[in-house]
Amino acid sequence: MDNIGLIGTISIIASGLTIAIGSIGPALGEARALAQALSSIAQQPDEANTITRTLFVGLAMVESTAIYCFVVAIILIFANPFWEHVVSKAGG
Amino acid sequence: MRISPDAIVFFQWGPVSLNATIVFTWCVMALMVLGSWLVTRRLSVETRLSRWQNLLEVLVTGIRDEIREISGQDSWRYLPFVGTLFLFIAVSNLLSIVPGYEPPTGSLSTTAALAACVFVAVPLYGISQKGFSYFAQYVRPSVFMLPFNIMGELSRTLALAVRLFGNVMSGTMIVAILLAITPLIFPIVMQALGLLTGLIQAYIFAILAMVYIAAATRAQRQEKPANQQVKKGAWTNG
Repeated sequence: MDNIGLIGTISIIASGLTIAIGSIGPALGEARALAQALSSIAQQPDEANTITRTLFVGLAMVESTAIYCFVVAIILIFANPFWEHVVSKAGG
Repeated sequence: MRISPDAIVFFQWGPVSLNATIVFTWCVMALMVLGSWLVTRRLSVETRLSRWQNLLEVLVTGIRDEIREISGQDSWRYLPFVGTLFLFIAVSNLLSIVPGYEPPTGSLSTTAALAACVFVAVPLYGISQKGFSYFAQYVRPSVFMLPFNIMGELSRTLALAVRLFGNVMSGTMIVAILLAITPLIFPIVMQALGLLTGLIQAYIFAILAMVYIAAATRAQRQEKPANQQVKKGAWTNG
C-alpha cells in the first residue's frame, strides 16, 4: 500500500478507536455520578437545587475528556494535518 | 464537510477576510444590544410592566441569585461579566433554530476568545479583591506546586474553550450527518436535543467562570469566620 492509502487507513482506524475507547471512561464516571446524585436527592429533597447544580458542573468536567477524544477524532477525519501534508506533496 | 463556520468566507480584502463566525457574532451582538435598548427605553416601576421588561427582570434576577448562591458574596461585581457570558452563549446557541444561521460558538476562535476573557478576568477579580496577596494562592501548599498551579490555570482555560466548541460543533455535525442518512424527522429531534445542550453548555460555561472567580476571590474571606467558628466549637462537632 502506498503512503496515502496507509495514512488514510490508519487515520480512520485511529479516530474510531479514539472515540470508542475514550467514551468508555466518561460514560462510566457520569453514570456513577448521576446515580449518586439521584440517591442524594432521594435522601435530601430540600438540597435538590445545590445537588443538581454541582452535578451539572461535575458532569461537564467529566464530560470534557470525552469531548477531547471527540475533537481529536474529528480532526483525524476532517482536518488531518498528515493527510494534507502528504496530499500537497503528492500534488506538487 | 466543514467543521466550523470559519470556513464560510463572505468577503475577502487582501489579508482581511469576513467569515461567517464574525458576521453571526455581530448579528447576535446587534440583536442583544438592540433588544435590550428597546426594552429598557421605557421602564416602569409600577405594578403594570411590559412583558419584555418582565422577561429581562426575570433573567437578571435569576442570574443574580445564582451568582450569590455560588460565590457567597455580593453579586453586583460579577453580574456584568458572568451574565454577559451566559446571555451571549445562550442566545448564540438558541438562535440555531433559525435556518441559515451557524452558531458562532461552533468555532474554536469564538470559544477560545471567551475562555481567554475568563482567563484574564480571574486574576483581575482576585487582585481587585485581595490585592497582591492573590498571588500567594499559587504557592499555597508549598512552593513546589507553583508550576502545577499555573498548568492547571492554563489547562482549565483550554478545557473551557474545547468543551463549548466540541458540544456545539458535535450538535451541528450530527444534524448534518443525519440529514444525509435519515432526512425526514430524526434531524428535528436531534436539533431539539441540540437546543437543550446549547442552553446547558451556556449555563455550565457561566457557572464554571463564576466558580473560578469565586475560588480566586473567596479564600481570604473564609478564613475569618472559620477562625471564629472554631473558637465557638461549631466546627469541632463536624
